[in-house]
Amino acid sequence: MGESGTPRAADGATTLTQSAVAGDRRALARLLTAVENRTSIAEAALRELYPKAGRAHIVGITGPPGSGKSTLVAALIAAAREAGRAVAVVAVDPSSPITGGALLGDRVRMQSYADDRDVFIRSMASRGHAGGLASTTTAAAAVLDASGFDLVLIETVGTGQSEVEVAAAADTTVVLEAPEMGDEVQAIKAGLLEVADLVVVNKGDKPGALRTAAQLRAMLVPTVARGDAPEGRPSPKRPEVLVTTATSGEGVPELLAALDRHRVAARAGEATEPRRARALAQIRAVMADRLADRLREPALTSVADAVIDDVAEHRLDPYTAADRLLEAIGRVEA
Amino acid sequence: MGPSAPYNPGMPDRPIKVLIAKPGLDGHDRGAKVLARGLRDEGFEVVYTGLRQTPEMVATAALQEDVDVVGLSILSGAHMTLVPRITKLLKDNGLDDVLVTVGGIIPDDDVGPLKDAGVAAVFGPGTTIASVAEFLRANARPRD
Repeated sequence: MGESGTPRAADGATTLTQSAVAGDRRALARLLTAVENRTSIAEAALRELYPKAGRAHIVGITGPPGSGKSTLVAALIAAAREAGRAVAVVAVDPSSPITGGALLGDRVRMQSYADDRDVFIRSMASRGHAGGLASTTTAAAAVLDASGFDLVLIETVGTGQSEVEVAAAADTTVVLEAPEMGDEVQAIKAGLLEVADLVVVNKGDKPGALRTAAQLRAMLVPTVARGDAPEGRPSPKRPEVLVTTATSGEGVPELLAALDRHRVAARAGEATEPRRARALAQIRAVMADRLADRLREPALTSVADAVIDDVAEHRLDPYTAADRLLEAIGRVEA
Repeated sequence: MGPSAPYNPGMPDRPIKVLIAKPGLDGHDRGAKVLARGLRDEGFEVVYTGLRQTPEMVATAALQEDVDVVGLSILSGAHMTLVPRITKLLKDNGLDDVLVTVGGIIPDDDVGPLKDAGVAAVFGPGTTIASVAEFLRANARPRD
C-alpha cells in the first residue's frame, strides 16, 4: 500500500478501473484481486472508483452454516435477473487459522450463469479477519457497485450470534434462520438478529418453519415504539420476518420485493444515521491499516520493537505503549 | 499485507488461488474433493465448483475468480474433447497465463496431446497431494 501514491501505480489503476467500469470482466476480476491482495494499485483504484459507487443496492446475507445462504443467493440471482437487474455476488468463506488455506465452496450452488455477463460471482477467503467478512469485502463490493451492477449480494461466512460486521457493509442486512434452530430465548439475545433489516426463515418446506417464523415475529417486536426512543438512544430495528424455500424459489420474489421496500424506506429519510455509521466504519478500517503500515516504516520499527518487548516482558503497560507509538508516529514524517 | 499475514510459511504473502472443477458428466467427485481439501491444508485458496461443469462454466469461473491455477478432474474418458475446449476458452478470455492441470484417469497416449493443448501437467492415480502442491508452487506464474 505504501506505493499507492506513485504515478505508476496510479496509471495502472486508471487503466484497470476504466476497463472494469466499461464492462471488461477480466479487468474487473483483476481489480478485485488487487483489492483483495491490497497491492499498490488497489488504493489508487478505490480513490477513483468511490465517487462512482453508491448506486447499487448492497445486500448482506448472513446466518449459521448450512442455513442455505448460498442457495438463497442463487435464488435471488434468478429473481433479480428475471427483473432485468445486473447482479454481483461476493461470497466469503473462512480461511484456515492453521495453514492460511481456504475452501471456497459457495459457487457450487450458483452455477447456471456462465453465459450471462450481467451475473458476476466472486469468492473471497476471510484471511484471518473475524466478523464474518474479509477485511477487503467492503472495498470489493464498492468496486462491483462502481462497475454498474444493480444489486450486490455479500454472503458472509457461516455466522453465529455476534458477527454483525456485514451490517456496516450493506444497505440491507438479511439474517437467515433455519427452522427449529432455537427457542424464543435465542431470539431475544443481543447480537446478530439485532442488525437484521429482514429475517428470513429458510427451508420453509421443513417442519416447524412457520412456527419458527411466528416465534421470531413475536419476539422481535420493539420494546420502544418508533420515534418514542429517548433523544440520542438508538431505537431497535423492527425486521420483517419472511419464509423462503430457496431450493424451489418459493418466497424469493417476496424477499426481493421486501429488499426493495427496505431500500426505498432507508433512502427516504430518517436513515442518514446508518449511512454515517457505515462511513465511519470504513474510515476506521483504513485508519487502522494506515497505522499498521506506518509502524512498519524503518524509522518507526525500532521504536515499535522496543515498546513491544517492554509490553511482552510486563515492563510497560499496553496503554502507555500505544500512547508512545502514536506520539512517535506524529513526530516522524510519513 | 495485513499484520496477520506471515502465519503461512509455505506460501507467498498471497495464497495461490486454485479452481478445482469437474467438467463432463461423470459423478465421481471424491478425488476432486480430497484434492481440494488437501490443497486447502497446503495453504492454497481453493474454489470448488462441484460436478457437471460445462467448459463455459469452467472458463467463466476462472475469469471471475481470477485464479492462478485451473485443476480439472475427469474420469469419464471425455478429456480429449473437454480439455482442449477449456484451454481454448481460457485463451479466448485472455487467461493464457493460468496454469492448467488435469487429474483423473488419463491414458498415457493422451498426455502428449493434452500438453500440446496447453495442459501443464497430468496427475494420475497415486499422485500425492504434496507433489501436486509442490508442482503448483513451482509453476503457478507469480502475478502482480
